[in-house]
Amino acid sequence: MLSMKNISMVYRTDLVETHALREFSLDVDEGDFVSVTGPSGSGKTTFLNIAGLLEQFTSGTYELDGRDVSQLNDTERSKVRNEKIGFIFQGFNLIPDLNLFDNVDVPLRYRGFSAGDRKRRIERVLDMVGLASRMKHLPSQLSGGQQQRVAIARALAGDPRFLLADEPTGNLDSQMAMSVMELISDINRFGTTIIMVTHDPALAELAGRNVHIRDGRVSDIGEDTQIVAAAHG
Amino acid sequence: MFNYYLKLGWLSIRRNPLLSALMVAAIAVGIGACMTTITVNYLMSGNPIPHKSDQLFYVQLDNWDPNVQSDDPLEPPDQVTYTDAMALIQSAPAFRQVASNRSGLVLEPGDEDELPFNVQSRNTFADFFPMFDLPFLYGSGWDDDADAAMERVVVLSRETNERVFGGEDSVGRNVRMNGMNFRIVGVLDQWHPVPKFYDLTNGDFNDPEDVFIPFNVAIEYQLPRNGNTNCWKAPDGEGFEGFLNSECVFIQFWAELRTEAEKQEYMSFLDAYAEQQKLLGRFPRPLNNRLSNVVEWMKIQEVVADDAQVMLGLSLLFLLVCLLNTIGLLLAKFLGKSGDIGLRRALGASKPTLFVQHMVESGLIGLAGGVVGLGLAALGLWGVKVLFGDDLEYLVRMDWVMILTGIGLAIASALLASIYPTWRACQVAPAGQLKTQ
Repeated sequence: MLSMKNISMVYRTDLVETHALREFSLDVDEGDFVSVTGPSGSGKTTFLNIAGLLEQFTSGTYELDGRDVSQLNDTERSKVRNEKIGFIFQGFNLIPDLNLFDNVDVPLRYRGFSAGDRKRRIERVLDMVGLASRMKHLPSQLSGGQQQRVAIARALAGDPRFLLADEPTGNLDSQMAMSVMELISDINRFGTTIIMVTHDPALAELAGRNVHIRDGRVSDIGEDTQIVAAAHG
Repeated sequence: MFNYYLKLGWLSIRRNPLLSALMVAAIAVGIGACMTTITVNYLMSGNPIPHKSDQLFYVQLDNWDPNVQSDDPLEPPDQVTYTDAMALIQSAPAFRQVASNRSGLVLEPGDEDELPFNVQSRNTFADFFPMFDLPFLYGSGWDDDADAAMERVVVLSRETNERVFGGEDSVGRNVRMNGMNFRIVGVLDQWHPVPKFYDLTNGDFNDPEDVFIPFNVAIEYQLPRNGNTNCWKAPDGEGFEGFLNSECVFIQFWAELRTEAEKQEYMSFLDAYAEQQKLLGRFPRPLNNRLSNVVEWMKIQEVVADDAQVMLGLSLLFLLVCLLNTIGLLLAKFLGKSGDIGLRRALGASKPTLFVQHMVESGLIGLAGGVVGLGLAALGLWGVKVLFGDDLEYLVRMDWVMILTGIGLAIASALLASIYPTWRACQVAPAGQLKTQ
């Protein structure tokens, strides 16, 4: 469903050229749970931004569900993001003066769903993350773990083809992190494709596949069926 | 989506109350200054009798001396002589026509405890009332027979009737002016045409007169004139009779002509009359008679003063300065929302969608600025009234048109000011914002 071939990303200034990704190739199939690891500056976030159509790349090809998305204009990219991709950020990125219901509602508004459909979807996903009873609360009234659950609910509400998670537990303590990871694993178990960037090898082991990036290149693609089995078990 | 944008706009305004208040204040000050001058200009240039202004024509006859240069040598005098006014009244083919001028009289109230007081009198003909659609509270105007018989009848303004008779129906009673009894035939309701189009030679924005009496009576009893009188040569004869037969102009003359054919016929009559007068040694200048409808006449008389238009221009420039400030404030506000915009872009909002969202927010700020600005404009108009006195009372009122104009101008100004800041904000690269939130 996601296929990147020889993607390069070069940031240019008058003085220097920085190669964030070099000849980067990756295929992700439907239902995969892929972790992306690598040291700081290796290109993890650049990969995630390109995968999420948040940034244009310099060269290479990127196909999403068999469609070449490298030539889409800005509005078309927005539409693809809205319909096919769910984002989970390290900093949760909830809008502070909107309650949980309205935060989850944001991507649905741009999708053009009817009010009734939006309400049904929001209630379903908030129920899924265990926060249905708090939908009128503001984000500031929740713990970090609960806020990340809301962010996950927001990512899931539009039934995206895959989730992109950028250090989803980076701002959480270990107990909350584990709870959020269990939720993400459950979501994958129900069929949603997940690509998760993390610097934590322990979290990376929860994924079915691990992609290690170094200097903008894929340096290693591994499988850990034992952990996948455990996560599904 | 519009309601959603309104909600987001309101939340955004609440999130930065100080910045939002500054923007509202900047727009409000500009709108306040602008609406003060726009209102004065609007009322100055408003059509005081729109339903028939194109059927009412001010008559100008050029009886002037070719050797005496006036301000505009090509312009005929702005009033007519008694000789010409009477000739037109008797013979000119109009549906209605009236000559009128103004006198200052002394009214003696029936109550002996009350002191006499000065009143302004409009001396005119019976057609004046239906021609200019004067509203009556009691009774009506007089008829043509009263004009012909020089009956001492009078129509009181509502204010005069309230002062002398406490607002009662005074029709049939007498009122004493300049030592003579006048029988009251009518009392006007409120009537304050702005500008006072029927006599632009005696104060464009003055109040209408306190009483209305037959023109022939004013002449017969030689009541003192209280208005502009211009002569290009001294009267040939002696006394009042000599003045009436002179080339002195002191009478405003209006004709009601309902069709273009009636106007053409009337114009032909004026020219024929002038040619006839040339044979008698009058009208030495080339033929130059005029018929101007109400709007044309107001333009010729420059009812909207040049300084008022200069003030309007200056206030629009001031609004522009306020908008430049608003642009800076909006830029600061919207760029401060980069994180929110980046997030919405990531979640699927397109640039046009976010552009509309922020324009709606700017419109809300404009609306608030408009409301506050109208309050400031009301304050400004009150200041104009205090500065220039009651003469401008009817120029310093805002009607619904002005209120809606003020709101519309404020919203349009805010939208205009927000185009660049909104465009800049929508250029935010979402990827750069999401890590920094």
